[in-house]
Amino acid sequence: MSSTNAPFMLEVNNLNKKFGDVHAVRNLNFQIRKGEIFGFLGPNGAGKTTTMRMVTCFIPPTSGSIRIDGHDTATDSLSVRRKIGYLPENNPIYNDMTVEEYLKFVAEIRGMKGDRQTSRIRELFAICGLTKTADRQIGKLSKGYRQRAGLAQAMMHDPDLLILDEPMSGLDPNQIIEIRNLIKKMGQEKTVIYCSHILSEVSATCDRILIINDGQLVASGTPEELTSRSARGNRYIVRVKTDRNDAEAAFRSIPGVSSVAITAVADQWLSAEVVVADREDIGESIFKCVVDKGWSLSELKHEAASLEEVFTQLTRG
Amino acid sequence: MNNVMAFFKKEFKSFFISPIAYVFITVYLVVTNFLFFQGFFIINQADMRGYFSLLPWVFLFFVPAITMRSWAEEKKVHTLELLLTWPVSDIEVVLGKFLACFCFLTTAILLSITIPITIVAMGNPDMGPIVGGYLGAILMGAAYLAIGLWVSSNTENQIIAFILGVVATFILFMIGNPFVTMVAPKWMVPIFGYIGLGNHFESIQRGVVDSRDVIYYLSIVGFFLFLNVQSLGSRKWE
Repeated sequence: MSSTNAPFMLEVNNLNKKFGDVHAVRNLNFQIRKGEIFGFLGPNGAGKTTTMRMVTCFIPPTSGSIRIDGHDTATDSLSVRRKIGYLPENNPIYNDMTVEEYLKFVAEIRGMKGDRQTSRIRELFAICGLTKTADRQIGKLSKGYRQRAGLAQAMMHDPDLLILDEPMSGLDPNQIIEIRNLIKKMGQEKTVIYCSHILSEVSATCDRILIINDGQLVASGTPEELTSRSARGNRYIVRVKTDRNDAEAAFRSIPGVSSVAITAVADQWLSAEVVVADREDIGESIFKCVVDKGWSLSELKHEAASLEEVFTQLTRG
Repeated sequence: MNNVMAFFKKEFKSFFISPIAYVFITVYLVVTNFLFFQGFFIINQADMRGYFSLLPWVFLFFVPAITMRSWAEEKKVHTLELLLTWPVSDIEVVLGKFLACFCFLTTAILLSITIPITIVAMGNPDMGPIVGGYLGAILMGAAYLAIGLWVSSNTENQIIAFILGVVATFILFMIGNPFVTMVAPKWMVPIFGYIGLGNHFESIQRGVVDSRDVIYYLSIVGFFLFLNVQSLGSRKWE
C-alpha cells in the first residue's frame, strides 16, 4: 500500500547519538511515508535499537531532529508517544502479571475504559492468539506467547506507527508466519518499522529497506533495488557434458553475459556459473545455446542475487 | 491523574501477587510487637511511647525493603524502556509508585492497631499521643519511602538499592540525633536538628501536631520525589 506521494510519517534529520566516546548513530537521514512497512536492517550493534529508542522518546538525540506525523520528539514527546506502539528488543514485560491484567493495565495507560477496553482486549486476544492464555502469569508462558503479549501491548491503541524491534526472536516457524501476516495486515493501513538482522524476514515483509552499519546509513531502497546492487548479480548454474574451453567460449558469446566460471568438473560433466550483468532473463538463450551445440544438459538453474549478499558486502569491512 | 491511578493499582497489586507483602507485614508486626511488649510490662505504663520510639529504627530496615524493588527491577528487566515510551509523564509514574508504597506501608502500620486495643483493655491511656504517634509514623514513613524510591531509581540492583536506602535514611536520621548534635559545631546544631528525620517525629508523638513538623515531612517527600523525577529524566543508564 505504500504510495510514493503519501505524507511522511517519520522524518529523521541529521540524527546523532554519542555515548561518551562511542558514536552510536552518525548523521542519519531518512523518511518513512504513511502506510509503508519499513525494514530497518543492520548487523548487531549497528545502532538500530539506539535509533528506535530516540524515535520512541526513550533517550534524547545528541543532535538532529525526529518528527513523527509532524510532532517533534524533543518538544512534543507526549503526542509522539500517543501515536507510537513499540515492542522493544527482547520484549520487556511485567512477568508477575497475568496476560489479561497486563493488557488491562496497558489499555488504561492508553486511555481506554469500560466496554471499549473490554472489546479491544478481546479483539487482541483473538488477533494474537492469546485467548487460551488470558489467565496465565506472563512469566510462566513460553517465549512465543510472551512475545504475542508484547505485540498485543504495542498494538493496543491501533497506533499510527508501530515499531517492532526484533519481533520474531524466540518464535517457531509457524508463529513467524502468523506474525508476519499480522504485520502485513497492519501495514495495509498503518506504518510499520521493522528492525531485524534476519534478512529473509525483512525482504519477505517490507516495502522498503534501510541498511545501517556502524551508525551510518549504507543503503536504502526497495528489496528489488537493493538486490540489484549486488556485485555478483544474477547467476545461472548450468551443468553440461562437454569440454571446458568450449563451454566457456559458448556461454560467453551469449548476449548479456558478463562472466563465466567453471566451478566443478566431474567425469565429463562440468558446472558453469554464468553471471548476468542486468536483471535480464537469459535462461532461454542458454538452453538454445546448449541445444545448438548438441550437449547433454542435466541442470539449468537461476539464482537471483540475494539480500544476504548485498548486506554482507555493505556491512563488512 | 488516570495514569497515576493506573500505576498505583498495578504497583499496589504487585505487592500482593508475590508472598513478599505477607512476609513483610508478618515480620514487621512480630518484630515491633515483640520489641514493644518486652519492655511494656516492666515499665508498666499504659502508653505507646516505647512503641513509637522504636519506629525510626525499625523503618531504617523495613522501608528500604519496600522500595528497593520499585525502580531497580524495572531497570533490570528493561520494562522501564517500555514504561517511558508510553504516553505518561515521569511525574505520574513517580507519584503512582510512591502512593502504592505509601498505602502499603500505611496498611502495615495500621495493622498494629492490636497494640492500642490491648492497652485500652488493660489501662486507661491518653489517646492524644497514640493518635499523634500514628500520624507521625505515617508521615515519617512517607519521608523514608521517598528517600528509598530515589535511591532505587539510581541502580538496577535491588540489594544495592536496599543497602544504600538504609545508609541514606540512617544518615538523615542520625544527623539530628544527640550523638551527632553533641559533637557538631555550635552553629550547625539547629540546622542538623531541623533536618534530622527523627526529631519531628518525637514532637508529633507527644501528641502535639505542629504544622512545622508536618511541613518538614511533606517537603522531604516532595524533595526526594523531585530528585526521583530528575533521575528518570537523565536516562544515564545504558
